[in-house]
Parts: sequence; C-alpha cells; structure tokens
Amino acid sequence: MGDLRFNSVFDIIGPVMVGPSSSHTAGAARIGKVVHDIFGEKPEKITVDLYESFAKTYRGHGTDVAIVAGLLGMTPDDPRLADSLKIAYEDGIKVAFVPKSDKVDHPNTTKITMIKGDHKLTVTGISIGGGNIQISEINGFKISLSMGTPTYITVHQDVAGMITKVTQAFTKRNINIGTMTVTRESKGEKAIMIIEVDDKQDQKEILEELRSLKYMDNVTFFE
Amino acid sequence: MFYTVSDLIKQSQDYSSVAELMIVTEMENTSRTREQIFALMERNLEAMEGSVKEGIAGVKSVTGLTGGDAKKMDEYIAKGDFLSGQPILEAARNAVAVNEVNAKMGLICATPTAGSAGVLAGVLMAVRDRLDMSHEDQVNFLFTAGAFGLAIANNSSIAGAEGGCQAEVGSASAMAAASLVIAKGGTTEQAGYAIAMTLQNLMGLICDPVAGLVEIPCVKRNALGSSQAMISADMALAGVKNVIPVDEVVETMHRVGQQLPSMFKETAEGGLAVSPTALRLKKEIFGDDKK
Repeated sequence: MGDLRFNSVFDIIGPVMVGPSSSHTAGAARIGKVVHDIFGEKPEKITVDLYESFAKTYRGHGTDVAIVAGLLGMTPDDPRLADSLKIAYEDGIKVAFVPKSDKVDHPNTTKITMIKGDHKLTVTGISIGGGNIQISEINGFKISLSMGTPTYITVHQDVAGMITKVTQAFTKRNINIGTMTVTRESKGEKAIMIIEVDDKQDQKEILEELRSLKYMDNVTFFE
Repeated sequence: MFYTVSDLIKQSQDYSSVAELMIVTEMENTSRTREQIFALMERNLEAMEGSVKEGIAGVKSVTGLTGGDAKKMDEYIAKGDFLSGQPILEAARNAVAVNEVNAKMGLICATPTAGSAGVLAGVLMAVRDRLDMSHEDQVNFLFTAGAFGLAIANNSSIAGAEGGCQAEVGSASAMAAASLVIAKGGTTEQAGYAIAMTLQNLMGLICDPVAGLVEIPCVKRNALGSSQAMISADMALAGVKNVIPVDEVVETMHRVGQQLPSMFKETAEGGLAVSPTALRLKKEIFGDDKK
C-alpha cells in the first residue's frame, strides 16, 4: 500500500530529537542540515529570514537555535543543539535572524543565506509537520525537493560538459533520473544540479565518482 | 502491510506477536535488516529512559512556564500517602517528566509527536519492573505501540494542527493502552477494546497551546494520556468491551478532527490560549505582536 501516509514504525515511534516541537525544532534543524550539506564548507556569515509562524514563535520553540544547529551540521538529536548559537559565535560565524512580515505559501518557512568569500548559497525550506521538510527554492530557483525521494545535489563550476559527466554516472548504472534542475549564480560561476532518481542503489560509488570530477566542489545525497 | 486496527489484529494471528508482525512489515517496507530495525528502536527506548530520568530530577523550560512538577510528584509518591495507585501515579509522573524535558529543549523520542512524547515512555517505565519485562520485551512494547499507532495514524491523524489534541495525546494514549494490554498478557482483541475506550474518552480534546508553545496545557495533558492508558488497559483486561467497534471510533476521531474549528488546532487562537492569563504570558514572552 504505497499510498499510505505513514509506512514505517519509526514515523510513529521517533524521531529521537531535541524538543520542544517536531515541526518548529526538529524540522527546522533538518532544513539547516540540508543547507549545511549543500554548502559544503564553514560559512563566515549566516542570514536566516523567518516567515509567518516561524517568525512569530521562533524564540519559544528554539527554531532559531535549531536552524543554526543544522547549519553547523548537527542532526535534530544532537545534544549540543541547544548551544548552537554559542558554538557559532565561538567559531567566529556571524548569524543574523530576520523575522519577515511577507506572506508566504506555508506557515513554517525560512530562507537561509550562507556566505563564505565569493561563495553564496540561498535556500528556502519549509517544515511540513512531524519533523518532515521540503526545500522550495535554491539560489532563487523554485524547486520542489521533498525528503523521501533519493536526491543528489551537486555544487560545481559552470563549465561545459558537467551535465553529461554527471548524468553518465547514473546512465551506466541503469538508474533513471526522475527530475533534474540546473541553476547557476552567473555565467562561469558556481552552478547547482538537483537530480531526483528512482533508485538509491550504488549511492556510495556514485558519490565517489561525482566528487572526483574536475570542477566539482561538493556533492550530497538526501533521501 | 495492515491498514486498520482490525487488519492488524487479523494479520497478527499469523505471527508470534504484534511486534513480530511490525518488524517483518518494516523489513518488507524498507531495505533494513531485522538487526538494524531492532537497534533503531533500542535507541528510541534509550532516549525515553533518559528523558524520564532527567525530568524527575527536576528541570525548567526555556520560557520558565513549565518544569519541576515531575519532581514534586516524585516526592509525593515517595511519601507513600496518596489517593490513586502507585503505578498510575508513576506513569503520570514519568509522562510529565518527559514533556518537561521536551519544553527545556532536552532530548526526547517523539511518540507519535514531541508534544505527546510522555505518554508511551511514561507508562512503559511505570510497568516494566512490575511486569518483569526484559530489555527485549521493552523494545517489543514499542514495536507493538508503533503498529497500533500506524493503524490509527493512517485512518485518522496524529498532528494537533490537523486533528487537535485528541490526535496527539489521544493517539499516544490509545497506542500505549494497547501495548499495555499485550504486555500484561491480554489478547489483541482486548488491545483493540483498549484503543476504542481510550479514543472514545479523549474524543474532541482540543489543541490550545498557550503562546503557541508546547508547554501549557501540553505537559499536563500527558499525565491525562498516560493515566487513561492505564485505566483503559485494566478495563480491557477485566473483560470490558466497547460497543462501537475500534475502527469506527478511529474514523470518528478523524471526522471530529476535521469538524473542529481551526482555532482549536494548534493555532493558539482558541481555548486556554486566549484566556487573559495566556495572553498576558504571551506578551511577556514574545513582546507585542508587531503586525
């Protein structure tokens, strides 16, 4: 029964997480972690825009603390989560929170910008409940990335032939690409590919192969 | 995969237990091995134990609105002079402890949500020594609860924003009741009656968090969920049946959840959340709402 909303016993028992809210804390940390993984290096500056319910209740739910914890690479069950702001400060990372009054599609929305030198990444994430999240925008491009589908995200230099080299890694393993989005900051600068595939097999080998490509900065896998 | 509670009861007859059916189903649905699945659940149990212990020792929430009540209850129980019985008081104390830890951004295991995390952990830690449960028994207790919880979740809801508190604490209480029945040696049919009685008693419970925080009334609602689970389990074990079949009760909870106005579904726009004291606290915590 693939159409059931809940398929796993761990949808009911779990996740192990730092409280108080599965949507406002665990989900927020998960969004941060995704952004951390895509960015691939320690940022100098982080700006977190918060919308609607996130903007109104972020302090009480620790949404701010949770997002930064994720941005530092922590998962929702990391016991250091509550100290994330202090850890970021001690690490010399500048963090700014900006509650926004703009209307957005989902009540639990955050737009995160990470900067290190010329490397800049902007990601919009939403927390849809029970700790589950979606990524709706990367560097200004609308996407729909739901955790649950095997997805590869590459950050690479915008040079000719990258798409072929990356897709070959899937073709030769007979893995079908469901959707694919390619965006870039500007011509010749950093580019991003978001590739949703039908099968998570050979994940380790594919990651190794993609990471070894010339002009490739970072590759991450989510499911 | 089972869909309804009745499916679950029927399918479990082909297995040694409900927990075993759940583990086999999980192996089929994911590519995980039995050992991996068991280890994941052990980690959940560990988090539950940790949060009960931490809460009883005494904690204070980030906002200062909640905390310290589990400690008071623990001291009260230690005196040995109380109205209700020790197991049920301990279950309530444990449940409060977990949600106090949740409110102070401590580590908990969501069952099914963070706001209702105290119920299942609370009853398990209250009965495990009394029922002489081994480590494996305790992990299986969680698989059993998860199985019944899945059947409730797929036919109703487990989110306060969708169905009100009945969907969170109600579901948690129902699955805890079912697992208690099985742990005490009852039948799966009796577990079904325990679920039906629990959901029936908690039907219509609204989600009205003060200042939108998972604190008031959430922490004390976990005491309600855990104690109702113990009572429902005992009633079912006593042979009490329920006239309305369990799956119809689950369906009814879903319908009632849909019919509840949104002010009673985690928006903090109704119920206790708009009482004068709640509004004052909200202002004190968050300042004036600049719109």
